[in-house]
Amino acid sequence: MPPTGWDALDRCPDPRMTQVPLPDPEQLAVRILRRERAAVASGLNLLDNKLAAARQRSARLLAALSGERALNDGHLIGVTGPPGAGKSSLVAALIREWRLAGRTVGVLAVDPSSRPELGGGALLGDRIRIKNASYDEGLFIRSLANRNQLGGVASEVWPMSWLLLACFDIVLIETVGVGQTEIDIAEIGDTVCYVAQPASGDTIQYLKSGIIEIPDVFAVNKSDLGAPAHKTASEIGRSAPRQDRRDGWDYPVCLVSATMNSGIKALHGHFARHRSFLADAGLLDKLRTRHQSAWVVRVLKEEFGTFGIELVGGYAEIGRRLKETPGNQFEECQRMRQQIISRFKSSD
Amino acid sequence: MDVLQTKRDRPWLMRTYSGHSSAKASNTLYRTNLAKGQTGLSVAFDLPTQTGYDADSPLARGEVGKVGVPISHIEDMDQLFDQIPLDQMNTAMTINATAPWLLSLYIGLAQRRGIDPKKLSGTTQNDIIKEYLSRGTYIYPPGPSMRLIADTINYTIKHVPKWNPTNICSYHLQEAGATPVQELAYALCAAMAVLDRVQASGEIRPDEFSQVVERISFFVNAGIRFVEECCKLRAFGEMWDELTLTRYKVEDPKLRRFRYGVQVNSLGLTEPQPENNVQRIVLEMLAVALSKGARARAIQLPAWNEAMGLPRPWDQQWALRMQQVLAFETDLLEYEDIFDGSPVIAAKVRQLVEGARKEIANVEAQGGIIAAIESGYVKRELVASHMKRLRAIESGELKIIGVNCFQESAESPLTLGSDGGIMKTDPAAEREQIERLQAHRKNRNDADVQAALQGLGDAARSGENIMPSSIRCALAGVSTGEWGDSLRAVFGEFRPPTGIDIAIDSRAVLGKKDQVTELRARVASTGEALGRPLKLLVGKPGLDGHSNGAEQVAVKARDVGFEVVYDGIRLTPQQIAQAAEEEGVHMVGLSILSGSHMELVESVLDELRVRDLASVPVIAGGIIPQEDATKLAALGVSAVYTPKDFSFNTIMADMVDVIRAANGLGRLGPLP
Ligand code: B12
Ligand SMILES: Nc1nc2c(ncn2[C@@H]2O[C@H](COP(=O)(O)OP(=O)(O)OP(=O)(O)O)[C@@H](O)[C@H]2O)c(=O)[nH]1
Ligand SMILES: [Mg+2]
Repeated sequence: MPPTGWDALDRCPDPRMTQVPLPDPEQLAVRILRRERAAVASGLNLLDNKLAAARQRSARLLAALSGERALNDGHLIGVTGPPGAGKSSLVAALIREWRLAGRTVGVLAVDPSSRPELGGGALLGDRIRIKNASYDEGLFIRSLANRNQLGGVASEVWPMSWLLLACFDIVLIETVGVGQTEIDIAEIGDTVCYVAQPASGDTIQYLKSGIIEIPDVFAVNKSDLGAPAHKTASEIGRSAPRQDRRDGWDYPVCLVSATMNSGIKALHGHFARHRSFLADAGLLDKLRTRHQSAWVVRVLKEEFGTFGIELVGGYAEIGRRLKETPGNQFEECQRMRQQIISRFKSSD
Repeated sequence: MDVLQTKRDRPWLMRTYSGHSSAKASNTLYRTNLAKGQTGLSVAFDLPTQTGYDADSPLARGEVGKVGVPISHIEDMDQLFDQIPLDQMNTAMTINATAPWLLSLYIGLAQRRGIDPKKLSGTTQNDIIKEYLSRGTYIYPPGPSMRLIADTINYTIKHVPKWNPTNICSYHLQEAGATPVQELAYALCAAMAVLDRVQASGEIRPDEFSQVVERISFFVNAGIRFVEECCKLRAFGEMWDELTLTRYKVEDPKLRRFRYGVQVNSLGLTEPQPENNVQRIVLEMLAVALSKGARARAIQLPAWNEAMGLPRPWDQQWALRMQQVLAFETDLLEYEDIFDGSPVIAAKVRQLVEGARKEIANVEAQGGIIAAIESGYVKRELVASHMKRLRAIESGELKIIGVNCFQESAESPLTLGSDGGIMKTDPAAEREQIERLQAHRKNRNDADVQAALQGLGDAARSGENIMPSSIRCALAGVSTGEWGDSLRAVFGEFRPPTGIDIAIDSRAVLGKKDQVTELRARVASTGEALGRPLKLLVGKPGLDGHSNGAEQVAVKARDVGFEVVYDGIRLTPQQIAQAAEEEGVHMVGLSILSGSHMELVESVLDELRVRDLASVPVIAGGIIPQEDATKLAALGVSAVYTPKDFSFNTIMADMVDVIRAANGLGRLGPLP
């Protein structure tokens, strides 16, 4: 017996449902590429929308924004780290410098949701830390609740960052303060920056766990605190892997202070250096394609379970189909969804 | 009974917190009040003056002369104190971030009138800590702000010795929801932070430090639980005595006296059946008057129409008469302390002292009050306390006469007048103030102004005391905005944590459980019907710092399942509309209590239209008279809420329906 819900959704719209006006995806894409803020906002709303009609249009929108450019332009940076490490403050400091240098920035800030039995609501509090007082056309911040998905980011984040990459020079993602076990940001950012809290057990736990492999850059924040920050930096320096998945990258550890605005230029330097390293080694498009595939598998599995995955031929088959459409897997994903849904229906 | 021969204590200073429209209009008001027997002045400044903006700054729009008097330069100060002898007056100024500036204008004016500053007496509130936690007129980050406070203390001790340079406030903490224990603990922590900072400045010789301690006065609150409040004040006295002895080694007990002024609780004053506020105010006054050992030095009372809008002169007169009846008609001032020796009182005092000691230790363990503000801890505690209070009112556990019980009432003759029972400020005041300011700028010597500002900036950077250069600025004709901006350029600006990120307490505090469950289902199903979870922007446009309502709406909305964006106070309509766009919200909820709702709501609606967001429903809450609510509806506002709407569950149900209606879904109606 297949689960219902999505099935009802696709077949006959619920009579309770409203006629939410949905934008025309191709026209919207043109406006997004022209960097119209209103279009960016309505594109993000569309990508967030779970109505069947919206899903179709989302796939079309992403398809229209995809292609060669999407695989090679811009820089997608993930910022992760324990709660209160100063991620938002650091993002704010980073943005200030980028804006001074004339680069535009899009931000996705993820905050935790309360448990579903407690209403599932969320207070989206990063924005106030990131935003400076003045009005700025070159900065766009969207806050998101993680909606109780594991791993510090929500599945909406990947398509949304894809959209932002189409119209901003830099796209930053701030995850919820993660523990030491889950860290999905690895499957999203071109460059992952871990913000460490000086002298905190979290960092030590983090170092001990396997996921030290994930970040490309380590920023020990609150260097204004002095000794504890230096100590943490040297601990990380000793543990950070010097050689593994990306040959030739040095996994820098730097001391920064978001509040004193120090070390920010150096951190920028590391980001830029990592971006060139990926591009020069021909890794950037490969990485993005891999991340996109990971997202497709994640959403299919979330929506249909392992059973659904089997219905389109299992992980290997999904991987094969996605490889054939690099740069635009959103439409392929949508096709697979349709396929699974119709198989479900016929198996009644 | 031999009334005439009994020896009576001298009564406390009687003040009325007032100021509006312009320096001239406020001066007339002050002189009338003094003629009526008021014995000191308490100046209310408008929000641009309090936040360091000129009347013609875009950020000041709609706020000039609204909730207080605009003071843009020394000529305004001169007009405000026209025919008032500065050397004979005791002047309290509710001024904080810009306190060194307003004090400089006052000193500058005295110098110009040939009065020795040593003769000036009065108070500058000058307590930034409670601004971050409750009052909202902060500008600079904690470090530089604490230094400015230390500068004014160090300066006045030497040059204006009768001045109370800072008035540590617990009043505003209670107005933001603090319990008596929290009020005690955080106010004493704030006093320690100030004294520690002065000590660290090294400008005061150790043997002179007890003088500094002696100059610290307090501004406290007294709520309706007047026995407990009376005990709280006794507790304050005991704790201050102990703290100044042990921590600051003040040997002379006279210098360790807890000196305080009071404004009684206003948060509990109601919009429905407003006449009942008179009883409340009188009872609250008893708390600070009854016991001689812990009696207030100065009292100011709110008016019966507090929750409706600004008081008219007659309303303020009534409040003043309450004090006079207590002081002059009753036998209160003929007795020594009537509670000394009462075991019941002593036990309650003990309990409060112990609670406060624990919380002080807790804050100290976090690195002191400044660290606990930066981390958001203290603000969260206050938001949580206020939430508990409001939920007790909603559930009926805490009775508020005329609000959640005994609601039936005959029509009140008090509110029938054509003015709606409140003071309307002069709508021309803003334009006139701007014209006055622009004329002033033309009349002054630019070279003097530039030199004075240069000196101010240099002092700010070098760490030299800010007062001498500020007084030079005052005399040169520098404006409030210029002073504020010069220091902004050096110190930067600060936005403290909002404190709304408190944990959901699933059991005790949710109010009626069944209604909350029903609300969650409604929020979830409406979100599903629209394709994504309901997202709400709570916005505070303008300079208004009243955050309680916005915070509680945000917290409640999160608890029933909304995804909530709230960026704190003092945003421009443009910033709010931009956030609405970037965040893709289903609704914008504005909270405005300063009286500038007409201007501000209209600008937000315009800014939303410019961004193609006219279809996003806008609601508003705050101190909004009925006739304005009707006008707002005509502008396109979907709903207006005021303090009489004490049920947050009802507000939430309504909000869901507004969103549904705006998106072509049927309304779900009132909660079962
Ligand atoms: C508490 C209070 C303060 C506290 C504020 C603490 C804080 N952080 O919020 C303190 C002591 C700091 C304060 C200071 C001042 N205050 Co005051 N204050 C009040 C008081 C007593 C209560 C307001 C309150 O918090 N109520 C509790 C909350 C929960 O109620 P609420 O905000 O009204 O919200 C309810 C509804 O309105 C609605 N709602 C409100 N917003 C929203 C938003 C949405 C989206 C929705 C759905 C609903 C909604 O929902 C709630 C449901 O019950 C009122 C008078 C009164 N009794 O109402 C004066 C009052 C608002 N203050 C006033 C003034 C003048 C000031 C000052 C400007 C004085 C001065 N010159 O310095 C200062 C400066 C403040 C500043 N920076 O702007 C005036 C405003 C005059 C006017 N409108 O014409 C009032 C009306 C008092 C008076 N009669 O003079 N104040
Ligand atoms: N001393 C010091 N404090 C900092 C620094 N950066 C941030 N903080 C403080 O650390 C606290 C948390 O900062 P945020 O930027 O909100 O941290 P975050 O990691 O985004 O927090 P979450 O999103 O809640 O997980 C705040 O009180 C900041 O003021 C820094 O460089 N030095
Ligand atoms: Mg954050």
